[in-house]
Amino acid sequence: MKKNIYLDHASTTPTDPRVVKAMEPYWTKYYGNPSSLYQLGLQSKNAITLARVKISQLLDCQADELIFTGGGTESINLALKGVLQKNPGAHFITSSIEHHAVLHTADTLKKLGHSVSILPVDDQGFIRLEDIEKAIKDNTKLISIMIANNEIGVIQDIQKIGALIEKINRERIAKGLPIIYFHTDACQAGGTLDLNVKKLHVDLLTINGSKVYGPKGVGALYMKTGTNLGPIIDGGGQEKNIRSGTENVPGIVGLATALELAHQSQTKENARLIKLRDKLIKEILAIIPKTRLNGHPSQRLPNNVNISILDIEGEAMLLYLDEIGIQASTGSACTSTTLDPSHVIRALGCPYEVAHGSMRFTLGKATTEDDIDYVIKHLPKIVDHLRHASPVRVDMDEVAKAIKNAPRQIIEL
Amino acid sequence: MTTKKKISAASAVDVVPKGTNDVWVYTDIVKEHFFHPKNLVMDASAMKGYDGLGMVGSPACGDMMKIWIKVDKKDDRLQEMKWQTFGCGSAIAATSMLSVMVTENGGMKIAQALSIKPQDITKRLGDLPTRKIHCSVLGDKALRSAINNYFIKSHQKDRVVKEQVRIIDKAANVTDHDIEEAVLEGAQTLEAVQKKTKVGVGNPEVIPEVEQLIRFYTEKYFG
Ligand SMILES: Cc1ncc(COP(=O)(O)O)c(C=O)c1O
Repeated sequence: MKKNIYLDHASTTPTDPRVVKAMEPYWTKYYGNPSSLYQLGLQSKNAITLARVKISQLLDCQADELIFTGGGTESINLALKGVLQKNPGAHFITSSIEHHAVLHTADTLKKLGHSVSILPVDDQGFIRLEDIEKAIKDNTKLISIMIANNEIGVIQDIQKIGALIEKINRERIAKGLPIIYFHTDACQAGGTLDLNVKKLHVDLLTINGSKVYGPKGVGALYMKTGTNLGPIIDGGGQEKNIRSGTENVPGIVGLATALELAHQSQTKENARLIKLRDKLIKEILAIIPKTRLNGHPSQRLPNNVNISILDIEGEAMLLYLDEIGIQASTGSACTSTTLDPSHVIRALGCPYEVAHGSMRFTLGKATTEDDIDYVIKHLPKIVDHLRHASPVRVDMDEVAKAIKNAPRQIIEL
Repeated sequence: MTTKKKISAASAVDVVPKGTNDVWVYTDIVKEHFFHPKNLVMDASAMKGYDGLGMVGSPACGDMMKIWIKVDKKDDRLQEMKWQTFGCGSAIAATSMLSVMVTENGGMKIAQALSIKPQDITKRLGDLPTRKIHCSVLGDKALRSAINNYFIKSHQKDRVVKEQVRIIDKAANVTDHDIEEAVLEGAQTLEAVQKKTKVGVGNPEVIPEVEQLIRFYTEKYFG
């Protein structure tokens, strides 16, 4: 039988059968509109309330601080546009390794008359606190920094950044300046990291179902009480008038169930994944010459492996891997819709050719040690074949030099 | 230090436009040539006794190609075409197909080989996804560069052909050469190149390719 090894969990996860089961009654049995006052309506409303309570416990927030949305992208748009529409001309700060949902929204904000600063990262993928301090202006209103990156898995110290912003806010209040809200995109972290919003010192936090073995197209935005944010979707006034539209009841139930299940097995599953992750990293780097781990070796998601394999191109590797049943992803330009290589790997300071040859393997619940061994056995052969057929010989020292000398400046839009 | 630039968040960090959304599925012919490439060189150090060698592209752009040819001098036909590539599935398949096209049926006349266009290759491949066509444009260029190299080595300098220009934006009548010139004159962002050439202003679907070219030439001259 042909192997089928799915190593693209950062892209999306299969929905857990227990989640599907929890959602099931809300399609045909309890189909009522939560806004209706009769029994069927109440059943739906109660299901949403229960989901809200469950998630609020996981995040250590109030139930009414959660807004359900149509996914991570929507939550991000709501956080960013929702805050800034209340503050015409205000300044927004984000980082160069954010998901497109943040960066393209930043472009729109710019067009709407806001100013935007984009922070660089260091060669491991970390945002530097001093850059945040430097970027802040008198009219800064919002900072958005992801907790865990979808491509290279690097985990930012959101707690420290949040505490810094809090400290700055105290000074700003004394000076009569507007306070700055802090949003974090936690889409990649919902299943693996502690998302206690108090410990993280965040005002806004985005999560979604698609990456945590939950349903796609459903997400939530944590919104600390008092955060002044307007709707981006107007209508019937659902979700405290912040997100109108009849609620996706099965989706919301699924999201809560998925997050709860992930939380239950988190410690054990993380430890298991880290072992497999580190084995895969160690073996690839040891067996295949001219390879480079992208992102910090341990401050990364338990399931994320991202390695650049020089002298060859990622899409070609991907197709060969697919042929033997391994499904992974690459930062090569040739698989992006834009013909541009990964902006995240470029942000590390890597030259284009390093981004073109980057491979991402993201493990999941179903990944076994046998799967990892299978990759370790077959990947070197594919690389060897493609390298023989390649006229390119990139100099590793040149790459190291380029990374060291990368500009790493704050970009002002 | 901070830099002040009039650019988008997306392009500032290399994310660039949304909106090209054609699916990319490869035909069986493409797959066959990708998984079983014809005339591929697996050991460049063993390549001896060829008549012409051509190389184009750069790994920074994601595509680089090297082509070796042997020529039947009496008949002025290509006898052999061997190649290596750093590139994606489309680039590999397109070059493999090109090597078949120029050597089948006793070999192609040099004059005809010089006029091969990327479209001729993609047609034989049963089409590539639109977004991937740019990946196939290097093969014919590399072949022409190898043939030119043969002309020089065989003292037929008068036959050397200058690289042809390719129209990028029909409406604005802008060629790849115009973009190359603009970059040489210091325009290194889309906005700057558009100021000089108007490329893509009324024709936004060509912008991804324009940006690719800007990077290609920037890398070539300033990289
Ligand atoms: C870090 C990050 N943010 C945002 C998103 C967008 O989430 P969604 O696909 O649910 O809209 C994703 C997933 O694609 C992600 O990985």
